Amino acid sequence: MSNGNVVEVVDLHKSFGDLEVLKGVNVTVAPQELVFVIGPSGSGKSTMLRCCNLLEQPTSGSVLIHGQDITVAGVDINRIRTHIGMVFQSFNLYPHMTAIGNVALALRKVKKMQRGEAEDRAHQALRRVGLDEKALSHPNELSGGQQQRVAIARAIAMEPDVILFDEPTSALDPELVGSVLAVMHSLRDDGMTMVVVSHEMRFAQDAADRVLFMDEGEIVERGTPDEIFKNTQHARTREFLARVTDH
Amino acid sequence: MDAFAAQFLDLEVMQRYLPDIIDGLWVTIALALLVIVTGLVLGLALAVIRAFQIRVINLAIVGFVDVFRALPPLVILVIFYFALPIIGLTWSGFVCAWVALSLVLASFAEEIYWAGITSVHKGQWEASRSTGLSFVETLFYVVLPQAVRLTIPPLTNRTIAITKNTALASVIAVQEMLTVAQTSLAYAANTSPLTMAAIGYLLIFLPLVILSRWIERKFAWKH
Ligand SMILES: Nc1ncnc2c1ncn2[C@@H]1O[C@H](COP(=O)(O)OP(=O)(O)O)[C@@H](O)[C@H]1O
Ligand SMILES: [Mg+2]
Repeated sequence: MSNGNVVEVVDLHKSFGDLEVLKGVNVTVAPQELVFVIGPSGSGKSTMLRCCNLLEQPTSGSVLIHGQDITVAGVDINRIRTHIGMVFQSFNLYPHMTAIGNVALALRKVKKMQRGEAEDRAHQALRRVGLDEKALSHPNELSGGQQQRVAIARAIAMEPDVILFDEPTSALDPELVGSVLAVMHSLRDDGMTMVVVSHEMRFAQDAADRVLFMDEGEIVERGTPDEIFKNTQHARTREFLARVTDH
Repeated sequence: MDAFAAQFLDLEVMQRYLPDIIDGLWVTIALALLVIVTGLVLGLALAVIRAFQIRVINLAIVGFVDVFRALPPLVILVIFYFALPIIGLTWSGFVCAWVALSLVLASFAEEIYWAGITSVHKGQWEASRSTGLSFVETLFYVVLPQAVRLTIPPLTNRTIAITKNTALASVIAVQEMLTVAQTSLAYAANTSPLTMAAIGYLLIFLPLVILSRWIERKFAWKH
């Protein structure tokens, strides 16, 4: 039933009132795959990601995580979410906690680890993103790029099966983008399964296994980075790429 | 100047009534502390309950809070003292003042806490929920610590303003400091006891005001 896929989005529809934002989206994400999602602003990319961990409730259709439909009644969504990491455009670190406190919170409260064990694990995650020396800093003492890396550490510390990235570098000053992309690249090299919504086309070219182009609530085209970036079959994709690579 | 001193700073009168004023001071301190603790705890509890967004309960909370914020505290005090016996509740003046002022403080505190809760960015909820924390865990570990911090300056100001209303309890015969001072004043035909009461209030509330300044600086939000 699961075909070994980590994530399977099947005929996903989402409306906000009269506004139909997702019009039947199908996506599969295989283990260790990096699926890269591009598309114009407002095309439904964030909504699609947020349906994958039920931050938004789909109107219809289903989301399967390792073959389990998480949209049906009776699912323990808090348990499911421990398997799905999420990284947000605006970092969303907890400002009243240190970096290590941010990373350890869910380990302690959800995974019920003792303080010592949780902090060991949190230090590991911070080392993984190159920020263990900032373990005791508060978010306001960190640069945007460092904050986003702590947010990535918070996600990977839970040892999720997949991490969803929603424009992880869009809020960063250009000179800080590289450090975050480098961490994401190394996660990929370690075999982390990832879905990345972003406009960093060069990263996609380097790191993505597949690229999806979304427009007006539909996936218009999908293929390898070469197929999409160098040899697109669709006028809408071509127009979009021309617009974003212009500047 | 001498006439002023004789009327307000008569040392002989002050000495005579000092023990009574000190008794009143303790009553005022006890009442103030009880009101602060009860009001702030109840207010926080109401704000937490309101966060669950259960329609009927929220209507009740908002109704209660609006009524107690609209009525002058003196009116509430008098109603409690004179109306409750009619329905068979006979509380002492002290208990009436404690409950009435606590409810007033709770109402204002609830609104302040609630404003704090709603001002915490939605992304904080989402980040926490996305790692598997439940609604309640997110509220307690992520949202409330930030909300309470934001609310400390307005809350300390409001707490001081309402706690000063312990002086209103003099109208319902609570032997707090102002009552004692007024009684002494009548007996002595001299206003010096009032001077002592004023000093007493400064002794209680000036540290609170200074503390609130310190808290405001310490918890000033840095982003
Ligand atoms: N909570 C919401 N309520 C109403 N409309 C929403 C909500 N979230 C997103 N939308 C709308 O859905 C559309 C798609 O939004 P989004 O998924 O954020 O697009 P993208 O991430 O591709 O920019 C937009 O028109 C947006 O205004
Ligand atoms: Mg978006």
